[in-house]
Amino acid sequence: MVDDIARTSRAAAARPMDLLRFATAGSVDDGKSTLIGRLLYDTKSIFEDQLAAVEAVSAARGDEYTDLALLTDGLRAEREQGITIDVAYRYFATPRRKFIIADTPGHIQYTRNMVTGASTADLALILVDARKGLVEQSRRHAFLCSLLRVPHLVLCVNKMDLVDWSEEIYESIADEFTAFAAKLEAPDLTVVPISALHGDNIVTRSSRMPWYDGPALLHHLEHVHIASDRNLVDVRLPVQYVIRPQSTRYPDYRGYAGQVASGVLKPGDEIMVLPSGFTSRIASIETADGPVAEAYPPMSVTVRLTDELDISRGDLICRPHNAPKPAQDIDALICWMDESAPLQPGRKYAVKHTTRTARAVVRELQYRLDVNTLHRDETAEGLALNEIGRVRLRTTVPLLADEYRRNRTTGGFIVVDEATNRTVGAAMILDAA
Amino acid sequence: MTSVAAYRFSHLDALEAESVFVMREVVAEFERPVLLFSGGKDSIVMLRLAEKAFWPAPIPFPVMHVDTGHNFDEVLAYRDRRVQELGVNLIVASVPEALESGLVRESADGSRNRIQTPVLLDAVEKHRFDALFGGARRDEEKARAKERVFSFRDEFGQWDPRNQRPELWSLYNARINRGESIRVFPLANWTEVDVWHYINREKIALPEIYFAHEREVVDRDGMLYAVHDHLPPRPGEEPFIETVRYRTVGDASCTAAVKSDADTVEKVIEEVGATRITERGATRGDDRVSETAMEDRKREGYF
Repeated sequence: MVDDIARTSRAAAARPMDLLRFATAGSVDDGKSTLIGRLLYDTKSIFEDQLAAVEAVSAARGDEYTDLALLTDGLRAEREQGITIDVAYRYFATPRRKFIIADTPGHIQYTRNMVTGASTADLALILVDARKGLVEQSRRHAFLCSLLRVPHLVLCVNKMDLVDWSEEIYESIADEFTAFAAKLEAPDLTVVPISALHGDNIVTRSSRMPWYDGPALLHHLEHVHIASDRNLVDVRLPVQYVIRPQSTRYPDYRGYAGQVASGVLKPGDEIMVLPSGFTSRIASIETADGPVAEAYPPMSVTVRLTDELDISRGDLICRPHNAPKPAQDIDALICWMDESAPLQPGRKYAVKHTTRTARAVVRELQYRLDVNTLHRDETAEGLALNEIGRVRLRTTVPLLADEYRRNRTTGGFIVVDEATNRTVGAAMILDAA
Repeated sequence: MTSVAAYRFSHLDALEAESVFVMREVVAEFERPVLLFSGGKDSIVMLRLAEKAFWPAPIPFPVMHVDTGHNFDEVLAYRDRRVQELGVNLIVASVPEALESGLVRESADGSRNRIQTPVLLDAVEKHRFDALFGGARRDEEKARAKERVFSFRDEFGQWDPRNQRPELWSLYNARINRGESIRVFPLANWTEVDVWHYINREKIALPEIYFAHEREVVDRDGMLYAVHDHLPPRPGEEPFIETVRYRTVGDASCTAAVKSDADTVEKVIEEVGATRITERGATRGDDRVSETAMEDRKREGYF
């Protein structure tokens, strides 16, 4: 069975398949590495030389079983200390989909890594140990996924073999998590009972849990509907680069290149350019493969307009009756990612929002959020590494921003320390005025 | 209400759109980018993406080949032809010249893999490049699995895996001080199979050595090495003729061929789909040195 799946998966690539990015959350103890190893192994995405190398290292260390975590923990420091220090990206494919896994480590720098992995994820996979049920960490993971607005959540209740495949235990964990997730506005939740070690409900349905009538995990990953997660309503094209060949063949060509953040653009559409507010029409939408009739996310295109306008990088192409209001006072939730210095009111930073860079001063820290209890501490004076809080910023130039809940591209920005050039924060916009 | 089904997007389209975005971002934010071009399939795909990203304008940066002097003739010919077609400026950072000037010294085993790094860094300094496009993919090797798309290098060209900038959404931090640089990997999220499907879809020509052909080889440590000026048979090695192709193209003295009948792109896709060995594991003597050979070289400034 497994072999058949793998064989078709490799042969079928001629048929168009789509792309799903997912983040995994959980600690080594929950069996996360075993689960990823199982997905890669059963879809024939681990190669013999990789497996042999891992087996050799495992045997040399005296492990009782082959430690599949070694497949991803390749850095010297990780091997020496037996820890995972950074987000690792892994890849596998089936006939329907190519998958990119952002595997986020469970212990060190947890929030920073989880937020990074979740920022681009269509789906997040949270693991719990069936023997232990939900723990503080499970709730924290779910909260971070909801904060980053990951559209789909999967809770894997793992190690079902160690609780005698008990429906009762599974149901109680599923109920408790579902109730918790409802408070977080988690948009789409699926719960799957699995045994990553034995492969139950991973690639094929398990016969040992006949009471479970849902799909196996891989089936769910292959079929979960992600096309409508995109915002196809609000036209937003951040201008990335102006293409001007100035060649004899294209003497007057002027095109605005960018990746469509949301909405659908068509030739003939009336558009507005921000921050100037000038309006024009789309003359054509071009790519190196020829003109296209429509552009939608995540296409990278070049738009030409019927009028000569002064447009440059950092401007935004949108629609006259559906445009964000250019704003310099920004309310946002910020996750702080820097160990060297905390975020503090009064400090100035650089921010990068879409293709636009500005400077910003922290006017106010409204509260710090306890990610375990969701308690708001209004007496907080700063945000240290891995802390999340609500701030008000004032920027030097207006940002052309939407609320993050409405638009994950035009609603997020990064904060950069101008002295060290390090990326020190990730922000999700709540309100812009 | 528009039907969502109409707005389908294949995984190759998504990968291409992401790579084009990354390349435009670099040209918009850096002063002196350069694309590292070896004549290997990944850098060939990267060059094609660059062509598409700026069309109808020409590619707005030069390409650079770090030439070990141990080349496959077909690959050099391909390089020169492609560069001419595109009208881009080619810079050659030459290891033989660096040996002559004393910048580097030949290593004991004759491999020039490791001495490429100082030659590359010297050229970066001389030309004051601030962004270098590389064709590395995260699926190739475990040290690469943790590298950023925009990967910071200090003034010595070194990578510090424990001190990487978090990379969120598609917001890449391009800020550096003078003398520092960023290595940029537009193909970070592509796999070997993705690259071949894209070559097929785009009808991209490749150097002939990627397809099955007869060649005189020796069997060394279980790998098939072509016999030529830079790689003479060692005592006890018996050269023989085999039908082979190259799965990766690197320095001719440390890149092995694989036994193969795949003489078309379609057959290569089939072969790559069925293989059970990674491409670097099958063909790169240089990765076999230790478990962390790649990380160690990358820290020094290797691509």
